[in-house]
Amino acid sequence: MTVDIDKTGPEDTPPTPKAGPEAIKAIPVRHYGRYVAAVVAIALLASIVVAFSQGKINWGAIPENFFDPRILEGVGNTLLLTGLSMAIGIVGGILLAVMRLSKNPVTSSIAWFYIWFFRGTPVLVQLIVWFNLGLVFEFINLGPFYKNEWSDFMTPFLTALLGLGLNEAAYMAEICRAGLLAVDEGQTEASHALGMSHAKTLRRVVIPQAMRVIVPPTGNEVINMLKTTSLVSVVQYSELLRQAQDIGQTSGAPVEMLFLAASWYLIMTSVLSVGQYYLERYYARGSSRSLPPTPLQRIRATVFSVRRPKGVAA
Amino acid sequence: MTAMVKAEGVHKSFGHIEVLKGIDLEVAPREVFCLIGPSGSGKSTFLRCINHLEKINAGRLYVDGELVGYRQRGDKLYELKDSEVALKRRDIGMVFQRFNLFPHMTAVENVMEAPVQVKGEAKAVARERALKLLDRVGLSDRAGNYPSQLSGGQQQRVAIARALAMEPKLMLFDEPTSALDPELVGDVLDVMRGLAEDGMTMVVVTHEMGFAREVGDSLVFMDGGVVVESGNPRDVLTDPQHDRTKAFLSKVL
Repeated sequence: MTVDIDKTGPEDTPPTPKAGPEAIKAIPVRHYGRYVAAVVAIALLASIVVAFSQGKINWGAIPENFFDPRILEGVGNTLLLTGLSMAIGIVGGILLAVMRLSKNPVTSSIAWFYIWFFRGTPVLVQLIVWFNLGLVFEFINLGPFYKNEWSDFMTPFLTALLGLGLNEAAYMAEICRAGLLAVDEGQTEASHALGMSHAKTLRRVVIPQAMRVIVPPTGNEVINMLKTTSLVSVVQYSELLRQAQDIGQTSGAPVEMLFLAASWYLIMTSVLSVGQYYLERYYARGSSRSLPPTPLQRIRATVFSVRRPKGVAA
Repeated sequence: MTAMVKAEGVHKSFGHIEVLKGIDLEVAPREVFCLIGPSGSGKSTFLRCINHLEKINAGRLYVDGELVGYRQRGDKLYELKDSEVALKRRDIGMVFQRFNLFPHMTAVENVMEAPVQVKGEAKAVARERALKLLDRVGLSDRAGNYPSQLSGGQQQRVAIARALAMEPKLMLFDEPTSALDPELVGDVLDVMRGLAEDGMTMVVVTHEMGFAREVGDSLVFMDGGVVVESGNPRDVLTDPQHDRTKAFLSKVL
Protein backbone atom coordinates (compact mmCIF):
# COMPACT_ATOMS: atom_id res chain seq x y z
CA MET A 1 0.00 0.00 0.00
CA THR A 2 2.70 2.44 0.92
CA VAL A 3 3.91 3.82 -2.35
CA ASP A 4 6.26 6.56 -1.39
CA ILE A 5 8.60 5.21 1.24
CA ASP A 6 10.98 8.13 1.20
CA LYS A 7 8.32 10.57 2.20
CA THR A 8 8.42 11.19 5.91
CA GLY A 9 4.89 10.64 7.14
CA PRO A 10 3.57 12.09 10.35
CA GLU A 11 4.36 8.84 12.20
CA ASP A 12 8.06 9.34 11.43
CA THR A 13 8.32 12.65 13.27
CA PRO A 14 9.30 12.08 16.89
CA PRO A 15 6.60 12.69 19.52
CA THR A 16 7.93 16.17 19.95
CA PRO A 17 8.62 17.81 23.26
CA LYS A 18 11.87 16.21 24.23
CA ALA A 19 14.63 18.49 25.39
CA GLY A 20 13.62 21.98 24.28
CA PRO A 21 14.62 22.53 20.65
CA GLU A 22 17.41 24.96 20.05
CA ALA A 23 16.16 28.51 19.70
CA ILE A 24 16.59 29.96 16.23
CA LYS A 25 19.64 32.14 15.71
CA ALA A 26 19.35 33.65 12.27
CA ILE A 27 20.81 36.71 10.67
CA PRO A 28 17.91 39.08 10.03
CA VAL A 29 17.22 40.33 6.53
CA ARG A 30 19.02 43.60 5.91
CA HIS A 31 16.76 46.31 4.57
CA TYR A 32 19.28 48.38 2.63
CA GLY A 33 16.44 50.21 0.86
CA ARG A 34 15.35 51.71 4.17
CA TYR A 35 18.77 53.21 4.88
CA VAL A 36 18.89 54.76 1.45
CA ALA A 37 15.37 56.16 1.77
CA ALA A 38 16.14 57.60 5.19
CA VAL A 39 19.29 59.30 3.95
CA VAL A 40 17.44 60.81 0.98
CA ALA A 41 14.59 62.02 3.17
CA ILE A 42 16.95 63.62 5.68
CA ALA A 43 18.91 65.31 2.92
CA LEU A 44 15.74 66.74 1.38
CA LEU A 45 14.49 67.97 4.75
CA ALA A 46 17.85 69.56 5.53
CA SER A 47 17.93 71.39 2.21
CA ILE A 48 14.43 72.74 2.82
CA VAL A 49 15.38 73.90 6.32
CA VAL A 50 18.49 75.59 4.96
CA ALA A 51 16.49 77.29 2.20
CA PHE A 52 13.99 78.67 4.70
CA SER A 53 16.63 79.79 7.18
CA GLN A 54 18.42 81.77 4.47
CA GLY A 55 15.28 83.30 3.06
CA LYS A 56 14.34 86.89 3.83
CA ILE A 57 12.32 85.92 6.85
CA ASN A 58 12.74 87.49 10.21
CA TRP A 59 12.51 84.32 12.31
CA GLY A 60 12.97 86.26 15.48
CA ALA A 61 9.55 87.84 15.05
CA ILE A 62 7.84 84.50 15.65
CA PRO A 63 8.98 83.77 19.22
CA GLU A 64 8.64 87.49 19.96
CA ASN A 65 4.95 87.44 19.16
CA PHE A 66 4.18 83.83 19.98
CA PHE A 67 2.47 84.66 23.24
CA ASP A 68 1.28 88.11 22.28
CA PRO A 69 -2.02 88.75 24.09
CA ARG A 70 -3.72 89.36 20.74
CA ILE A 71 -2.52 86.00 19.46
CA LEU A 72 -3.65 84.29 22.63
CA GLU A 73 -7.03 85.94 22.29
CA GLY A 74 -7.19 84.68 18.72
CA VAL A 75 -6.30 81.16 19.85
CA GLY A 76 -8.99 81.35 22.51
CA ASN A 77 -11.55 82.57 19.99
CA THR A 78 -10.59 79.86 17.52
CA LEU A 79 -11.02 77.20 20.19
CA LEU A 80 -14.29 78.71 21.39
CA LEU A 81 -15.66 78.87 17.87
CA THR A 82 -14.50 75.31 17.12
CA GLY A 83 -16.09 73.99 20.31
CA LEU A 84 -19.41 75.77 19.94
CA SER A 85 -19.87 75.19 16.24
CA MET A 86 -19.01 71.51 16.66
CA ALA A 87 -21.55 71.35 19.49
CA ILE A 88 -24.18 72.78 17.17
CA GLY A 89 -22.97 70.44 14.45
CA ILE A 90 -23.13 67.30 16.57
CA VAL A 91 -26.48 68.00 18.20
CA GLY A 92 -27.93 69.13 14.88
CA GLY A 93 -26.35 66.19 13.11
CA ILE A 94 -27.83 63.59 15.45
CA LEU A 95 -31.20 65.30 15.21
CA LEU A 96 -31.05 65.41 11.42
CA ALA A 97 -29.89 61.80 11.20
CA VAL A 98 -32.75 60.61 13.38
CA MET A 99 -35.17 62.73 11.34
CA ARG A 100 -33.76 61.38 8.10
CA LEU A 101 -34.20 57.78 9.29
CA SER A 102 -37.64 58.35 10.77
CA LYS A 103 -40.69 56.73 9.28
CA ASN A 104 -42.39 60.11 9.18
CA PRO A 105 -42.15 61.34 5.55
CA VAL A 106 -42.36 65.01 6.57
CA THR A 107 -39.41 64.98 8.95
CA SER A 108 -37.30 62.83 6.69
CA SER A 109 -37.88 65.16 3.71
CA ILE A 110 -37.03 68.20 5.80
CA ALA A 111 -33.78 66.58 6.86
CA TRP A 112 -33.03 65.58 3.29
CA PHE A 113 -33.61 69.12 2.07
CA TYR A 114 -31.44 70.63 4.82
CA ILE A 115 -28.56 68.30 4.06
CA TRP A 116 -28.94 68.86 0.35
CA PHE A 117 -28.75 72.64 0.76
CA PHE A 118 -26.03 73.01 3.36
CA ARG A 119 -23.78 70.34 1.92
CA GLY A 120 -24.29 71.59 -1.60
CA THR A 121 -23.06 75.15 -1.10
CA PRO A 122 -19.55 76.24 -0.04
CA VAL A 123 -19.21 77.19 3.59
CA LEU A 124 -17.44 80.42 2.65
CA VAL A 125 -20.47 81.46 0.60
CA GLN A 126 -22.76 80.56 3.46
CA LEU A 127 -20.71 82.68 5.86
CA ILE A 128 -20.88 85.70 3.58
CA VAL A 129 -24.62 85.20 3.10
CA TRP A 130 -25.20 85.08 6.85
CA PHE A 131 -23.13 88.23 7.16
CA ASN A 132 -25.29 90.04 4.62
CA LEU A 133 -28.63 88.73 5.71
CA GLY A 134 -29.43 92.20 6.99
CA LEU A 135 -30.52 92.95 3.42
CA VAL A 136 -33.43 90.57 3.86
CA PHE A 137 -34.24 91.05 7.49
CA GLU A 138 -33.95 94.59 8.72
CA PHE A 139 -35.05 93.88 12.24
CA ILE A 140 -35.20 90.89 14.46
CA ASN A 141 -38.32 90.76 16.57
CA LEU A 142 -38.92 87.95 19.01
CA GLY A 143 -42.00 89.54 20.54
CA PRO A 144 -41.47 90.58 24.13
CA PHE A 145 -38.13 88.81 24.52
CA TYR A 146 -35.81 90.48 22.07
CA LYS A 147 -35.95 93.17 19.49
CA ASN A 148 -33.07 94.72 17.62
CA GLU A 149 -31.73 95.78 14.30
CA TRP A 150 -30.38 92.82 12.35
CA SER A 151 -26.93 94.31 11.93
CA ASP A 152 -26.60 94.76 15.69
CA PHE A 153 -27.95 91.31 16.39
CA MET A 154 -25.80 89.50 13.84
CA THR A 155 -22.39 90.08 15.38
CA PRO A 156 -19.33 88.60 13.66
CA PHE A 157 -19.28 85.92 16.33
CA LEU A 158 -22.88 84.88 15.75
CA THR A 159 -22.39 84.95 11.99
CA ALA A 160 -19.36 82.71 12.31
CA LEU A 161 -21.06 80.38 14.74
CA LEU A 162 -24.23 79.94 12.70
CA GLY A 163 -22.36 79.70 9.44
CA LEU A 164 -19.98 77.01 10.63
CA GLY A 165 -22.37 75.20 12.98
CA LEU A 166 -25.28 74.83 10.58
CA ASN A 167 -22.97 73.73 7.80
CA GLU A 168 -21.29 71.22 10.05
CA ALA A 169 -24.67 69.79 11.09
CA ALA A 170 -25.26 68.67 7.52
CA TYR A 171 -21.97 66.77 7.44
CA MET A 172 -22.43 65.36 10.92
CA ALA A 173 -25.90 64.17 9.92
CA GLU A 174 -24.41 61.87 7.32
CA ILE A 175 -21.79 60.59 9.76
CA CYS A 176 -24.43 59.96 12.43
CA ARG A 177 -26.73 58.29 9.94
CA ALA A 178 -23.97 55.86 9.00
CA GLY A 179 -23.41 55.20 12.69
CA LEU A 180 -27.07 54.57 13.44
CA LEU A 181 -27.39 52.24 10.46
CA ALA A 182 -24.32 50.31 11.57
CA VAL A 183 -26.05 49.14 14.76
CA ASP A 184 -27.50 45.66 14.35
CA GLU A 185 -31.25 45.61 13.91
CA GLY A 186 -31.48 42.88 16.54
CA GLN A 187 -30.56 45.50 19.12
CA THR A 188 -33.60 47.59 18.32
CA GLU A 189 -35.79 44.51 18.28
CA ALA A 190 -34.47 43.32 21.63
CA SER A 191 -35.13 46.62 23.32
CA HIS A 192 -38.56 46.98 21.71
CA ALA A 193 -39.35 43.45 22.88
CA LEU A 194 -38.48 44.59 26.41
CA GLY A 195 -41.09 47.32 26.12
CA MET A 196 -38.74 50.25 25.56
CA SER A 197 -40.05 53.18 23.53
CA HIS A 198 -38.43 54.41 20.30
CA ALA A 199 -36.80 57.31 22.11
CA LYS A 200 -35.43 55.16 24.95
CA THR A 201 -34.19 52.60 22.46
CA LEU A 202 -32.33 55.29 20.57
CA ARG A 203 -30.88 56.94 23.64
CA ARG A 204 -29.95 53.90 25.67
CA VAL A 205 -29.20 51.23 23.10
CA VAL A 206 -28.63 52.52 19.57
CA ILE A 207 -26.75 55.80 20.02
CA PRO A 208 -24.17 54.47 22.51
CA GLN A 209 -23.31 51.73 20.03
CA ALA A 210 -23.41 54.08 17.06
CA MET A 211 -20.85 56.28 18.84
CA ARG A 212 -18.12 53.75 18.10
CA VAL A 213 -18.69 54.35 14.41
CA ILE A 214 -19.41 58.07 14.80
CA VAL A 215 -16.46 59.14 16.95
CA PRO A 216 -13.50 58.55 14.60
CA PRO A 217 -14.88 60.61 11.68
CA THR A 218 -16.14 63.19 14.18
CA GLY A 219 -12.61 63.59 15.48
CA ASN A 220 -11.64 64.31 11.92
CA GLU A 221 -14.43 66.85 11.66
CA VAL A 222 -13.24 68.63 14.82
CA ILE A 223 -9.75 68.94 13.43
CA ASN A 224 -11.17 70.10 10.12
CA MET A 225 -13.39 72.59 11.89
CA LEU A 226 -10.46 74.00 13.82
CA LYS A 227 -8.80 74.81 10.51
CA THR A 228 -11.98 75.92 8.78
CA THR A 229 -12.49 78.60 11.45
CA SER A 230 -9.75 80.50 9.64
CA LEU A 231 -12.32 81.25 6.91
CA VAL A 232 -14.24 83.25 9.43
CA SER A 233 -11.71 86.06 9.18
CA VAL A 234 -13.75 87.26 6.19
CA VAL A 235 -16.70 88.13 8.43
CA GLN A 236 -14.51 90.20 10.75
CA TYR A 237 -14.37 87.72 13.60
CA SER A 238 -11.03 88.00 15.39
CA GLU A 239 -9.85 84.42 15.45
CA LEU A 240 -6.25 83.29 15.26
CA LEU A 241 -5.56 83.92 11.57
CA ARG A 242 -7.11 87.37 11.61
CA GLN A 243 -5.20 88.41 14.72
CA ALA A 244 -1.97 87.10 13.24
CA GLN A 245 -2.62 88.99 10.00
CA ASP A 246 -3.42 92.16 11.92
CA ILE A 247 -0.15 91.95 13.80
CA GLY A 248 1.61 91.16 10.55
CA GLN A 249 0.22 94.31 8.90
CA THR A 250 1.27 96.63 11.71
CA SER A 251 4.63 95.05 12.56
CA GLY A 252 5.72 94.58 8.98
CA ALA A 253 6.21 90.83 9.32
CA PRO A 254 3.17 89.40 7.51
CA VAL A 255 4.71 86.10 6.39
CA GLU A 256 6.28 85.48 9.76
CA MET A 257 2.89 85.84 11.39
CA LEU A 258 1.45 83.27 8.99
CA PHE A 259 4.10 80.82 10.16
CA LEU A 260 3.22 81.70 13.71
CA ALA A 261 -0.46 80.97 13.06
CA ALA A 262 0.44 77.72 11.34
CA SER A 263 2.44 76.61 14.39
CA TRP A 264 -0.47 77.34 16.67
CA TYR A 265 -2.84 75.40 14.42
CA LEU A 266 -0.42 72.47 14.44
CA ILE A 267 -0.16 72.52 18.22
CA MET A 268 -3.94 72.57 18.61
CA THR A 269 -4.62 69.82 16.09
CA SER A 270 -1.95 67.63 17.70
CA VAL A 271 -3.55 68.00 21.11
CA LEU A 272 -6.95 67.19 19.59
CA SER A 273 -5.60 64.04 17.95
CA VAL A 274 -4.52 62.72 21.34
CA GLY A 275 -7.93 63.51 22.79
CA GLN A 276 -9.60 61.71 19.92
CA TYR A 277 -7.57 58.59 20.60
CA TYR A 278 -8.76 58.37 24.20
CA LEU A 279 -12.36 59.05 23.24
CA GLU A 280 -12.28 56.22 20.72
CA ARG A 281 -10.86 53.96 23.37
CA TYR A 282 -13.71 54.84 25.72
CA TYR A 283 -16.40 53.95 23.18
CA ALA A 284 -14.67 50.69 22.24
CA ARG A 285 -15.62 49.33 25.67
CA GLY A 286 -17.63 46.15 25.39
CA SER A 287 -17.01 45.73 21.69
CA SER A 288 -13.57 44.22 22.01
CA ARG A 289 -12.42 41.84 24.71
CA SER A 290 -9.50 43.97 25.77
CA LEU A 291 -9.01 47.66 25.16
CA PRO A 292 -6.19 48.76 22.85
CA PRO A 293 -3.16 50.06 24.73
CA THR A 294 -2.77 53.76 25.39
CA PRO A 295 0.15 55.44 23.61
CA LEU A 296 2.07 55.42 26.88
CA GLN A 297 1.53 51.67 27.29
CA ARG A 298 2.49 51.15 23.69
CA ILE A 299 5.72 53.12 24.05
CA ARG A 300 6.57 51.14 27.15
CA ALA A 301 5.84 47.87 25.33
CA THR A 302 8.02 48.85 22.37
CA VAL A 303 10.89 49.90 24.60
CA PHE A 304 10.78 46.60 26.43
CA SER A 305 10.42 44.53 23.31
CA VAL A 306 13.44 46.25 21.83
CA ARG A 307 15.45 45.76 24.96
CA ARG A 308 14.42 42.20 25.66
CA PRO A 309 15.98 40.37 22.68
CA LYS A 310 19.36 41.68 23.78
CA GLY A 311 18.92 40.36 27.29
CA VAL A 312 17.10 37.15 26.44
CA ALA A 313 18.67 36.39 23.11
CA ALA A 314 19.32 32.69 23.06
CA MET B 1 -59.76 30.17 31.34
CA THR B 2 -58.67 32.49 28.51
CA ALA B 3 -55.93 31.21 26.30
CA MET B 4 -52.56 32.96 26.73
CA VAL B 5 -52.12 33.08 22.96
CA LYS B 6 -54.90 32.56 20.48
CA ALA B 7 -54.48 32.76 16.72
CA GLU B 8 -57.40 32.76 14.32
CA GLY B 9 -56.55 32.56 10.64
CA VAL B 10 -53.35 34.59 10.97
CA HIS B 11 -51.88 35.67 7.63
CA LYS B 12 -48.62 37.48 7.05
CA SER B 13 -46.94 38.50 3.80
CA PHE B 14 -43.64 40.15 3.07
CA GLY B 15 -44.31 41.91 -0.21
CA HIS B 16 -45.75 39.29 -2.51
CA ILE B 17 -44.51 36.35 -0.51
CA GLU B 18 -47.11 34.93 1.83
CA VAL B 19 -45.27 33.54 4.83
CA LEU B 20 -48.21 32.65 7.05
CA LYS B 21 -51.29 31.29 5.33
CA GLY B 22 -53.86 31.08 8.04
CA ILE B 23 -52.55 29.91 11.38
CA ASP B 24 -55.01 28.73 14.02
CA LEU B 25 -53.75 27.68 17.39
CA GLU B 26 -54.18 28.16 21.10
CA VAL B 27 -51.65 28.25 23.91
CA ALA B 28 -53.03 27.64 27.39
CA PRO B 29 -51.56 29.38 30.45
CA ARG B 30 -48.63 27.52 32.07
CA GLU B 31 -48.18 25.53 28.90
CA VAL B 32 -44.91 24.85 27.06
CA PHE B 33 -45.83 25.13 23.42
CA CYS B 34 -43.27 24.01 20.86
CA LEU B 35 -43.19 25.07 17.21
CA ILE B 36 -41.14 22.91 14.87
CA GLY B 37 -40.73 22.81 11.14
CA PRO B 38 -38.25 23.32 8.33
CA SER B 39 -36.65 26.73 7.91
CA GLY B 40 -38.85 29.07 5.94
CA SER B 41 -41.97 27.45 7.32
CA GLY B 42 -42.98 30.69 9.07
CA LYS B 43 -42.57 29.59 12.67
CA SER B 44 -40.21 32.42 13.64
CA THR B 45 -42.39 34.93 11.82
CA PHE B 46 -45.41 33.72 13.75
CA LEU B 47 -43.50 34.08 17.00
CA ARG B 48 -42.56 37.64 16.12
CA CYS B 49 -46.19 38.44 15.37
CA ILE B 50 -47.12 37.54 18.94
CA ASN B 51 -45.32 40.60 20.34
CA HIS B 52 -46.05 42.70 17.28
CA LEU B 53 -42.50 42.86 15.95
CA GLU B 54 -44.29 41.90 12.72
CA LYS B 55 -47.75 43.17 11.78
CA ILE B 56 -50.20 40.53 10.63
CA ASN B 57 -52.15 41.12 7.41
CA ALA B 58 -55.29 39.16 8.18
CA GLY B 59 -56.88 37.17 10.94
CA ARG B 60 -56.87 37.83 14.66
CA LEU B 61 -54.15 37.29 17.21
CA TYR B 62 -54.86 37.56 20.94
CA VAL B 63 -52.52 37.54 23.91
CA ASP B 64 -54.24 36.94 27.23
CA GLY B 65 -57.57 37.78 25.67
CA GLU B 66 -56.43 41.11 24.19
CA LEU B 67 -55.94 41.80 20.49
CA VAL B 68 -52.29 42.22 19.48
CA GLY B 69 -51.46 45.59 17.91
CA TYR B 70 -55.04 46.76 17.45
CA ARG B 71 -58.10 47.82 19.36
CA GLN B 72 -61.52 46.75 18.20
CA ARG B 73 -64.52 49.03 18.56
CA GLY B 74 -67.66 47.70 16.96
CA ASP B 75 -66.43 46.10 13.79
CA LYS B 76 -63.65 48.64 13.23
CA LEU B 77 -60.00 48.04 14.03
CA TYR B 78 -57.83 50.87 15.32
CA GLU B 79 -54.07 50.62 15.20
CA LEU B 80 -52.46 50.98 18.62
CA LYS B 81 -50.01 53.80 19.28
CA ASP B 82 -46.35 52.85 19.67
CA SER B 83 -46.54 53.58 23.38
CA GLU B 84 -49.51 51.23 23.79
CA VAL B 85 -47.71 48.50 21.90
CA ALA B 86 -44.67 49.02 24.13
CA LEU B 87 -46.88 48.73 27.20
CA LYS B 88 -48.12 45.33 26.08
CA ARG B 89 -44.66 44.11 25.20
CA ARG B 90 -43.58 44.56 28.80
CA ASP B 91 -45.50 41.43 29.70
CA ILE B 92 -44.03 39.32 26.91
CA GLY B 93 -40.43 38.22 27.22
CA MET B 94 -38.51 37.32 24.11
CA VAL B 95 -35.28 35.39 23.62
CA PHE B 96 -33.57 35.59 20.24
CA GLN B 97 -31.49 33.15 18.28
CA ARG B 98 -28.64 35.67 18.12
CA PHE B 99 -29.00 36.67 21.81
CA ASN B 100 -29.07 40.41 20.99
CA LEU B 101 -27.57 41.39 24.31
CA PHE B 102 -26.60 45.04 24.58
CA PRO B 103 -22.83 44.84 23.98
CA HIS B 104 -22.01 48.12 25.72
CA MET B 105 -23.48 47.00 29.02
CA THR B 106 -22.28 44.35 31.46
CA ALA B 107 -24.40 41.27 32.13
CA VAL B 108 -26.03 42.79 35.19
CA GLU B 109 -26.64 46.10 33.40
CA ASN B 110 -28.32 44.22 30.57
CA VAL B 111 -30.71 42.63 33.03
CA MET B 112 -31.35 45.89 34.92
CA GLU B 113 -31.91 48.00 31.85
CA ALA B 114 -35.60 47.39 31.18
CA PRO B 115 -36.83 47.45 34.79
CA VAL B 116 -35.03 50.76 35.37
CA GLN B 117 -35.82 52.40 32.02
CA VAL B 118 -39.30 51.04 31.41
CA LYS B 119 -40.78 50.45 34.84
CA GLY B 120 -38.81 53.17 36.59
CA GLU B 121 -37.53 50.77 39.20
CA ALA B 122 -34.87 52.12 41.57
CA LYS B 123 -31.39 51.13 40.42
CA ALA B 124 -30.42 49.45 43.69
CA VAL B 125 -33.58 47.35 43.72
CA ALA B 126 -33.19 46.44 40.07
CA ARG B 127 -29.55 45.49 40.56
CA GLU B 128 -30.40 43.21 43.45
CA ARG B 129 -33.12 41.50 41.44
CA ALA B 130 -30.84 41.25 38.42
CA LEU B 131 -28.17 39.53 40.50
CA LYS B 132 -30.76 37.05 41.76
CA LEU B 133 -31.88 36.34 38.20
CA LEU B 134 -28.30 35.85 37.07
CA ASP B 135 -27.87 33.45 39.96
CA ARG B 136 -30.95 31.60 38.81
CA VAL B 137 -29.45 31.06 35.35
CA GLY B 138 -26.17 30.05 36.93
CA LEU B 139 -24.15 33.16 36.15
CA SER B 140 -23.81 34.98 39.46
CA ASP B 141 -20.03 35.13 38.98
CA ARG B 142 -20.35 36.76 35.54
CA ALA B 143 -22.40 39.81 36.49
CA GLY B 144 -19.61 42.28 35.72
CA ASN B 145 -18.64 40.81 32.34
CA TYR B 146 -19.48 42.33 29.00
CA PRO B 147 -21.28 40.06 26.53
CA SER B 148 -18.15 39.79 24.37
CA GLN B 149 -16.43 38.17 27.34
CA LEU B 150 -19.09 35.46 27.67
CA SER B 151 -19.59 32.26 25.72
CA GLY B 152 -22.66 31.86 23.54
CA GLY B 153 -24.42 29.71 26.12
CA GLN B 154 -23.71 32.24 28.85
CA GLN B 155 -24.91 35.10 26.67
CA GLN B 156 -28.15 33.29 25.97
CA ARG B 157 -28.70 32.67 29.66
CA VAL B 158 -28.13 36.36 30.37
CA ALA B 159 -30.67 37.09 27.64
CA ILE B 160 -33.18 34.84 29.39
CA ALA B 161 -32.52 36.60 32.69
CA ARG B 162 -32.98 39.94 30.94
CA ALA B 163 -36.38 38.88 29.63
CA LEU B 164 -37.39 37.49 33.03
CA ALA B 165 -36.50 40.78 34.73
CA MET B 166 -39.71 42.29 33.34
CA GLU B 167 -41.69 39.53 35.06
CA PRO B 168 -43.49 38.50 31.89
CA LYS B 169 -46.55 36.32 31.78
CA LEU B 170 -45.45 34.82 28.50
CA MET B 171 -42.00 33.95 27.16
CA LEU B 172 -41.18 33.60 23.47
CA PHE B 173 -38.09 31.65 22.46
CA ASP B 174 -36.89 32.01 18.87
CA GLU B 175 -34.55 29.06 18.26
CA PRO B 176 -32.66 29.86 21.46
CA THR B 177 -30.03 27.14 21.01
CA SER B 178 -29.51 27.23 17.24
CA ALA B 179 -26.52 29.55 17.38
CA LEU B 180 -24.78 27.61 20.13
CA ASP B 181 -21.98 25.08 20.10
CA PRO B 182 -23.46 21.64 20.85
CA GLU B 183 -21.86 21.34 24.28
CA LEU B 184 -23.40 24.65 25.40
CA VAL B 185 -26.95 23.79 24.43
CA GLY B 186 -27.59 21.76 27.59
CA ASP B 187 -27.10 24.70 29.99
CA VAL B 188 -29.63 26.83 28.16
CA LEU B 189 -32.16 24.00 27.94
CA ASP B 190 -31.73 23.37 31.67
CA VAL B 191 -32.66 26.96 32.41
CA MET B 192 -35.71 26.67 30.14
CA ARG B 193 -36.70 23.41 31.80
CA GLY B 194 -36.53 25.15 35.17
CA LEU B 195 -38.76 27.93 33.88
CA ALA B 196 -41.29 25.39 32.62
CA GLU B 197 -41.34 23.71 36.01
CA ASP B 198 -42.07 27.06 37.63
CA GLY B 199 -45.16 27.31 35.47
CA MET B 200 -44.09 29.91 32.91
CA THR B 201 -46.12 29.97 29.72
CA MET B 202 -43.63 29.44 26.92
CA VAL B 203 -43.83 29.40 23.14
CA VAL B 204 -40.65 27.80 21.84
CA VAL B 205 -39.49 27.66 18.25
CA THR B 206 -36.89 24.93 18.34
CA HIS B 207 -34.98 22.21 16.58
CA GLU B 208 -34.33 20.40 19.85
CA MET B 209 -36.70 17.47 19.51
CA GLY B 210 -35.48 16.00 22.79
CA PHE B 211 -36.49 19.15 24.64
CA ALA B 212 -39.85 19.28 22.87
CA ARG B 213 -40.60 15.69 23.79
CA GLU B 214 -39.49 16.01 27.39
CA VAL B 215 -40.68 19.46 28.39
CA GLY B 216 -43.30 20.35 25.80
CA ASP B 217 -47.01 20.13 26.54
CA SER B 218 -48.11 20.73 22.98
CA LEU B 219 -46.34 20.68 19.68
CA VAL B 220 -47.14 22.11 16.31
CA PHE B 221 -45.42 21.14 13.08
CA MET B 222 -45.50 23.96 10.54
CA ASP B 223 -44.59 23.81 6.88
CA GLY B 224 -45.15 26.29 4.09
CA GLY B 225 -46.97 28.77 6.33
CA VAL B 226 -49.62 26.40 7.64
CA VAL B 227 -50.00 24.14 10.64
CA VAL B 228 -49.60 20.63 9.28
CA GLU B 229 -49.96 18.65 12.44
CA SER B 230 -50.37 19.34 16.12
CA GLY B 231 -50.88 17.51 19.36
CA ASN B 232 -48.99 16.01 22.25
CA PRO B 233 -45.24 16.14 21.46
CA ARG B 234 -44.70 12.49 22.37
CA ASP B 235 -47.44 11.39 19.99
CA VAL B 236 -46.47 13.66 17.11
CA LEU B 237 -42.77 12.92 17.35
CA THR B 238 -43.11 9.16 17.67
CA ASP B 239 -46.12 8.57 15.47
CA PRO B 240 -46.53 11.38 12.94
CA GLN B 241 -49.67 11.17 10.81
CA HIS B 242 -48.77 13.36 7.86
CA ASP B 243 -46.21 12.55 5.23
CA ARG B 244 -44.61 15.97 5.48
CA THR B 245 -44.15 15.57 9.23
CA LYS B 246 -42.70 12.11 8.68
CA ALA B 247 -40.30 13.43 6.06
CA PHE B 248 -39.15 16.28 8.30
CA LEU B 249 -38.72 14.14 11.38
CA SER B 250 -36.81 11.47 9.50
CA LYS B 251 -34.26 14.16 8.66
CA VAL B 252 -33.85 15.72 12.09
CA LEU B 253 -34.27 12.82 14.49
